Amino acid sequence: MKFAGDVLLRNVCSRVYVLALIVSVWILLRGHNEPGGGFIGGLVAAAASIALAMAFGAELAARRFPFRAPVRCGVLGVLITVASGVPALWRGEAYLTHPWSKLELGVFSLDLSSVLLFDLGVYLCVWGALGGLALELLELDASEDQA
Amino acid sequence: MLALAPLLVPLVTALVTALAASRPRTQRVLSFAGSLAFLAAAALLLERVNTGETLRIAFGAWPIEHGIGFAIDRLGGLMVFVTALMGFATLLYAESDVDAPRRAPYLAPLVHGLLAGVAASFATADLFNLYVWFELMLVCAAGLLVLGGRLRQLDGALKYLALNLLGTLLLLVGVAMVYGLTGRLAFDELRSASEHVAAAPLSAVLGLLVLALLLKSGAFPLFSWLPAAYPTLPAPLLALFAGLLTKVGAYAILRLVADVVPRAPTLYDGAFATALGWIAAATMLAGVLGAAYHWDLRRILAFHIVSQIGYILLAIALGSTAGASAAIFYTVHHIVVKANLFLVAGLVASATGSYDLRRSGGVLAARPWLAALFAVPALSLVGIPPFSGFWAKWLVLRESLALGRYAWAAVALLVSALTLYSVAKIWLEAFWKPLPAHVEANSAATPTEQRPALAACALLGLVTLSISFAPQALVEFADAAALALRGGGQQ
Repeated sequence: MKFAGDVLLRNVCSRVYVLALIVSVWILLRGHNEPGGGFIGGLVAAAASIALAMAFGAELAARRFPFRAPVRCGVLGVLITVASGVPALWRGEAYLTHPWSKLELGVFSLDLSSVLLFDLGVYLCVWGALGGLALELLELDASEDQA
Repeated sequence: MLALAPLLVPLVTALVTALAASRPRTQRVLSFAGSLAFLAAAALLLERVNTGETLRIAFGAWPIEHGIGFAIDRLGGLMVFVTALMGFATLLYAESDVDAPRRAPYLAPLVHGLLAGVAASFATADLFNLYVWFELMLVCAAGLLVLGGRLRQLDGALKYLALNLLGTLLLLVGVAMVYGLTGRLAFDELRSASEHVAAAPLSAVLGLLVLALLLKSGAFPLFSWLPAAYPTLPAPLLALFAGLLTKVGAYAILRLVADVVPRAPTLYDGAFATALGWIAAATMLAGVLGAAYHWDLRRILAFHIVSQIGYILLAIALGSTAGASAAIFYTVHHIVVKANLFLVAGLVASATGSYDLRRSGGVLAARPWLAALFAVPALSLVGIPPFSGFWAKWLVLRESLALGRYAWAAVALLVSALTLYSVAKIWLEAFWKPLPAHVEANSAATPTEQRPALAACALLGLVTLSISFAPQALVEFADAAALALRGGGQQ
């Protein structure tokens, strides 16, 4: 990796990584009622992983994924999404019907629903799939540089 | 709940086998457990729909005009069952070392993902949702085509991907135009909404949709991707692709023309149906001529897919209930026979060391049981009585003669004769003639390791034989399924 070792790049990217992940979670959560959600949040998170890979190499960035591998992150994401619809079946409702409830926390209230679980799955899936794909491409690039 | 099984069982199997990618033994157990569960669920489903019930679910309980639903009727249930059966046969065959599908860690997840896409296409009751499952199928199929990553595969995969992406794009544009015309996407709603659309825009949009689906099913003149891409696959995957994938396109045309837009065959005094019929005739001819020309076993069989798709399209183009019933019977017969032929071809190539007919021979003397396994689907493909292909072709011919479509019937008969020629070529070259002196027999093939492959071929052969000698059960089922189309199955 030709950038690896660049002090400036490493310093910037390690901070951008953390910041971008925080932003991605915020986008995931606000997606309930405002623009955002799991898909866009996942894209931002994938961008964060790519920044990390540019500075520290794809291998390290891959290990930093949830569940320590992009593929596992993506697959478990889809599993969470699939599972989020199952509680509705026990309640005798149609698959993927999501129950809603409000959690009062004094100053503000939080809308809770298994939709969040669905969105979290989408978030992990997009992060794992697109991030993993980008890392593979970066590795291709790196191996061509060595050759 | 049961209506969810065609999607959820293979999808979850795909996911858990992907998680077990680094542990081959666990993955194999999970893969077979998932496949058997799918088969069991599909059998239950078949039993339920056979009572005339249509199993419906609306995801998230959204009303039909906003939401997406599955509706599994007799036709859908039958196709889902055949899908599950093909999945099981493929996985069983892949356990042997014949034309080893390169024990790739992501083979099982991709196969199950493909099955999920196929089965969900049969289950869905929404035009846009149909497009989504076509995409899932395309992604998994592209993944399977490049497993192994040899140059020849990448070449085939690129052609496959390019033409199929074009088809998917056309399909999406068509779906958008349907929505623009009617404001509806659910099949049940489209059925009544399409009654109020003028003939001209309706024909244009239907034409676009059918064009996209024709491309997917490998019809004339858009089939060139099929013989280019399929022969690069290992035998079990080739059987799965050949059996199922093009038939999803044919099924979607049947669903669209015979069920969702029942006006389609009568548009412009039947010009729409006539055009489809001539495309079908051209597809039959082009496919069988390609098969007659080639010497590579896989290419011959790949061209046969094209010609057989023509028969199914012809039956759909007839536009009658009996035509739809013939199309259903033909599709089921053909999926089983075609997949089996490719599976046996893999065994033949492993015995002689080559798929090229000119370099093979002597199979009848060396492995007579293999000749028997080949004879059942081969005779059935040609349509020799009493094999299943005879009943299938007879149903199509009877209905086209009854409707006065003599030219189409003549083409169908001619194509049957040419099919006989190209199958006889395989028989003479690979089975009958002695192995050419300059070719050494492949002694590396070990019969014990081939047992799972033989079991898979025998299983499909038995299915063909049971359709052959007791066609009445399937004919009655297909008749009932065809009668329930056009909203006849509404409860």
